This record gives sequence, structure tokens and C-alpha cells, in this order.
Amino acid sequence: MALTHEHIIRLLQEKFADPQLTFEEPYGLLTVTAPAEMNLKLLQFLHDEASLQFRFLTDITAVHYPDRKGEELCVVYHLHNLKENVRLRMKIYVPVEKPDVFTATKLFAGANWMERETYDFFGINFVGHPDLRRILNVDEMDYFPMRKEYTLEDPTRTDKDDEMFGR
Amino acid sequence: MSEQNHIKLADESLARQTTTLNLGPTHPATHGVFQNILEVDGERVLKAEPTVGYIHRAFEKIAERRPYYQITPLTDRLNYCSAPINNIGWHLTVEKLLGIKTPKRVDYLRVIIMELARIADHLVCNSVIGVDTGALTGFTYVFQYREKIYEIYEEICGSPLTTNIGRFGGFERNFSDTAWAKIDAFMKTFPKAFNEFETLLNRNRIFMDRCIGAGPLTAEMALNYSVTGPNLRAAGIDYDLRVAQPYSSYEDFSFNIPVGTTGDVYDRYLVRNAEVWESFGIIKQALEKLKDLDPSVYHADVPEFYLPDKKDVYTKMEALIYHFKIVMGETDMLPGEVYNAVEGANGELGYYLISDGGRSPYRLHFRRPCFIYYQIYPEIIKNGLLSDAIITLSSLNLIAGEMDA
Amino acid sequence: MPRPVQYNTNEKVKLVDMPEGYMGEGFMATSFEKVVGLARKNSLWPLPFATSCCGIEFMATMGANYDLARFGSERMGFTPRQCDMLLVAGTIAKKMAPILRQVYLQMAEPRWVIAIGACASSGGIFDSYSVLQGIDQVIPVDVYVPGCPPRPEGILDGILKLQELVENESLRRRHSEPYKQLMASYGIQ
Repeated sequence: MALTHEHIIRLLQEKFADPQLTFEEPYGLLTVTAPAEMNLKLLQFLHDEASLQFRFLTDITAVHYPDRKGEELCVVYHLHNLKENVRLRMKIYVPVEKPDVFTATKLFAGANWMERETYDFFGINFVGHPDLRRILNVDEMDYFPMRKEYTLEDPTRTDKDDEMFGR
Repeated sequence: MSEQNHIKLADESLARQTTTLNLGPTHPATHGVFQNILEVDGERVLKAEPTVGYIHRAFEKIAERRPYYQITPLTDRLNYCSAPINNIGWHLTVEKLLGIKTPKRVDYLRVIIMELARIADHLVCNSVIGVDTGALTGFTYVFQYREKIYEIYEEICGSPLTTNIGRFGGFERNFSDTAWAKIDAFMKTFPKAFNEFETLLNRNRIFMDRCIGAGPLTAEMALNYSVTGPNLRAAGIDYDLRVAQPYSSYEDFSFNIPVGTTGDVYDRYLVRNAEVWESFGIIKQALEKLKDLDPSVYHADVPEFYLPDKKDVYTKMEALIYHFKIVMGETDMLPGEVYNAVEGANGELGYYLISDGGRSPYRLHFRRPCFIYYQIYPEIIKNGLLSDAIITLSSLNLIAGEMDA
Repeated sequence: MPRPVQYNTNEKVKLVDMPEGYMGEGFMATSFEKVVGLARKNSLWPLPFATSCCGIEFMATMGANYDLARFGSERMGFTPRQCDMLLVAGTIAKKMAPILRQVYLQMAEPRWVIAIGACASSGGIFDSYSVLQGIDQVIPVDVYVPGCPPRPEGILDGILKLQELVENESLRRRHSEPYKQLMASYGIQ
């Protein structure tokens, strides 16, 4: 039996009867939006449930929406069921003042560096992560560069003239 | 100096008499800039701590500033050994967002270019495994063929290495006769040269003794760590995006997926060799299929996103307006959220694009296979010898540009 | 029957021109600078500091097609202690800059630096918070080779220009006042 989106939606709604669980299908990829505290429970259910078996974590990343007050940072998980060849996207929103998200490292070992990269760029605090520190930027950096309020260029630079370089 | 803060002597090293060795960012063995601090007990590696980020160029932040067509040169510099695959992957992502359907000929031409890039990347990786075990001859034989592939790219798009090949909907110009002549010459001469390379190393007693059993990777560990690409296939799982989610008409081609058993260095080497032969077969099939198609088609008919011909721009009004809108970034992009992945030379190269209808993406994230599978390196070299750690590092085919982005 | 002796009458092998001097029977008097310049320029040992795409283009330069070895750079030493020419090819991020400086300091005088590629010369297309905008922010550079990446012929041209610099360099240069000021401006003793 092929794994259909309706089947996934039905199973999730039966297990977690939560009104905040919403579903969309942009470009054919089922996207589940869930409250932040449920992320680990949802990942565990998607991993263990016999007919779902989303056992391959493709990617973890984040997006910053400064206009959504109270849920500025969105953590996006991409999962993949290799047997049935079905993909799933899970999104959780956290406020920028307290960006705490439960870590997925116990379930997927590959989440370790993906979460470190998300922390490095957006400042999301993954609760329970074995080694949460910066991975791509210099260790002394004190801000989270991918957030929308920061510019691309180094703000402390003095050598390039803005007038000449048209920024 | 701050780089000395990166090296910390392990507390146990004095008690257990182990040595802390810095396989630093500048090292002939690390082909790229990443650092490993190894704790070795004589020759045996006990622990490794990798550090990356030495070439972090903030691609994702730069992509939020640039219009869509200016992001293609940025994608070249991800996995720079096989740049066309990155470019075409990006074009496929935007075409998915916009719903552009490319004609069959464009798909087949793209397949030829991507498979040539895959051959080029695997040639580098395998010859470098040879160099790290001491066999430099293979490297010099095989690099000549990489130069031939570069000449083919130069004919098509102008640049050998960082190709910036193609546009949304196809290619910028039709392949010239010189390009076809070069592709035919390559197809004639490559099998003999690659056979020579294989006879040097495949059943070479010393090479096999060095590589068999070094850095073994089990299938469960590979899946747990989200490894994809030749490394996963060498561990035994036959997951290849060209078959699982065919893009650019890959479903029209018939090819095998080579799979290994133990996932050690020798398996990875053999899987890459077999993939080179498969890619060669795919290019042959594509050249056959192209004979039946109309040779003047080289792009889809999407005037809002594909720059019109220069002579039309100078004479026709619509072409001029389209040209202006595209270059100034005034075309209306569809808002949406799309994840598209292609089978890069190292695994699943994914593009997660969120567009808000504006000139540049709202968020573009690259799912980079090298970054994700570098995490397994400390696990697979545990309790191995130091020389095995070195060849494992080169057999994983870590490209620093893709790792740090 | 002894094998006949063969002299190198092959014009394809290019020999270096003799420097000007006063020649006599069994001796030649010339300036020390010229001889040293000649010797140094034709045996520059490079240290490839290849970080990214320019590194691959550098590997192609080293290969058989655009051979770098014919200009004397046969031996690529990967340790700074044994090399005189530092070829920085590729983007240098701010995280990498202290390491680049450390490598430069470990090289022994006389040492030269070539910045290969746009990223090494000025930051290139990456005008971002994490990329060093040109290696001349941390170390003094002798030759800049532009390009993204420069063709192997371009890299060879850069090395040839460096060879001209090396040939004409005065022996007192490293002890002279302008050089000391240059080093002081980088904070190098």
C-alpha cells in the first residue's frame, strides 16, 4: 500500500488531537506545522509508527520572520521515508526572546551538526544538545548573522567606501 | 593568536600517554580546509574532533541579497569539482517554483553536462585516494581527461571550472560544432585511459592491502547520520536520487546503481569507479537519443525568465521590455516554498527556497551533503591506524566549499 | 666500443641567459646580485595554500598540461619552513586569517607571496561578514593574479612576473628601511 498524504494526516490527527496541528501541501510536499513543545513527540511518532517510518532526516534549518510577533523563528525539518519514497516537512515556530527547541540528536545522529549550524546562524537554543557551539562562524562572534536585522557585510569595516560600492 | 585556542590538549593525554596531533587546516592530506584534532596512542587513533568553517563564505546570506539569476555563480562555488550539477540543480529548483517545463532536448543536454561533471568529480576523488596511498601516477594520467572535460565546458559556457552554465529554462546558446566534436573525441578516448587507471590500482596488491578494512561504515550508521551519495551506496543502501525522484528526464535512461558491502575505503573507491562507467553509459545513451530530436531547441519558451536574443532586443519592443525586466529584477516571481534535490557527486544536494514574490529569495538554504556526512569521520576512524585515517579522509570526498558554504 | 658522447644540441631545451660580466680564461666576473637573482628565480619552491576553487585551477597548473615544473617549481613543499613562495589560492575567511599569518611567519626570508584569484586579492565576489577582503590585510603581497578562477596560463603569468621581481631584487632589500616599515605596518618583526 503506498503511503499517501491523507493516511499521514489521518494518523497524525488521531494520535495528536491538537487543533494547532495544521497541514499544507506546497508543490506536492506535505508540510506539518506543529506547536514547539511537540516536535520531539512528533518526530518520534513519525520514526516509530509502522506505516510511517520516516527514518531519514534530510535536513534541519530555520527561517526568520521578523513580522510574525511571538513566533519569529521557524525551525524546519525535512524527513524522508526511504522505503516508500515519501518526503515530509515539519515546521515549528518559536519566539525570538526564548528560542528553545528540543534536540533531535537522540533520534537522528545526523542532527548534531545540522542543529549546531541552525544555532550558529539563528540563535536557536536546542535543549539537550550534547555540544551546542558555533560551527561555521568564528567562535568569538556575538551575534546571529542570518537574522534579518543584520547586514551581509561586516558592520565594523572601514576600508570600503559605501558611496563607491553602492550598498 | 586565536588559532591556538582551537587546539586543546586532552586531559587524558598526560595520564594515558597519548599524543594530540593537529591535522590542521593547511595540510597536504586534507584536500580543503578543515581541521581535525586527533588523539593518537602510538599509531592508533582514539578520538578525533573536527572543526569546519575555515572557508565559510555566507552563501545563504548573500543569496538573500541577489536576484535569482545572480545566484547561479554562487552555486558553482559549492562543490567546485562538479559545478554544473550545482548550477542545474538550482535552475531545476526555480523551474519547479515557477512551473516551467523544459523540452526534452534541454533535459538530455543537461544530463550530458551533469554526467560529465560527475565523471570529473569522481576522477579527482579516486586519483587523490591513489595519491594519498602513494600512487601518484594515476593522478597524472587522469587529470588530462579532466582538462578535456573542462574544454567541453569552455566551448559551451565560456568557463572551465566555475561554469555558471545554463539559464532558467535551458542553455544560453546551442552547443556549437566544436563542442560536439570535443564530446565525441572525449567519448572515444576516455574508456582506454580510464581502463589504464583501473589496471593501475584496482587489483594492485599494495593498494588493496591499504584500503580494505580502513574506515568501515555500516549501513545503519550511515542512515542514522543522513549520509547520501557514493558513501551511502558503498555501505550497501541503493539510494540514488536519479532513480528515486527522477529529474531532467533521467527516467528515460537505463543505468545501474553500484552498491558496496562493507563501506570501507576500497568499497568507496570501487563504487566511484563503477559510477564513472555508468555515467559514461548514460552519456552514450543521451547522444543516441539526441539524434531524434530537433537540433535547434535549446531552451524553454519562457520569455519572462529567459533573456531574449540580443538581435531581438535591439529590434523588437517586447524583447526589449522582457530584457529590461529580467535584468533589473522586476519580473514577478511566484511566492512559495519549495525543496528540490539533485544527485550531486557527493549525495543529495538540496535547495530549500522560500520566495516572497520579490527580486531575491526570502530564504535559500543549501542542503550540503559534505557538511552532513563529515560528522561520521570521528566515528569511522576510531581505533584505526593513523594512515587509515588519512585515506579515509580523502575517500569521503570532502569538498571544503560545499562543507562550509 | 665506447658509446659515442652526445652533447645537448637540442634547441628545444631553453637555457638561461648568462648575466653580463667580464669574462676571461677560466673565470667570469659578474655582480653577486645577478647570480643570486638568477639562481633564486629559476628555483622558486612554492607552498600551495589552496583553499577553494582556485586551488583546483592550481592543481591543473601543476598537472602535465600547463606544467609549472618547467619554471623551476618542481618540488611542492607543504611545509612553510622549506619554501620560498607562498601561493594563496582561494577565499580566506576570517577564521582562516590567523592561520595564514602563522604560515607566513614560519617561512624563512627571502619569501614572496602571490595572491591567486579575486578572493585572495580583495575578497572577490564574497563581500560578506565572514570573508577577509583581501589577504593584504594580514600579510604583504608581491603579485596579485586576478580571475575567478584565473586560467592556468594566468597563474603562470603571475609566477613569471614574480620571477622578474626576484631576479631584480637587491640583496639589501630585506634590511632596508622601506621594507622594515612595510613589515612594521603588518605587525611582523
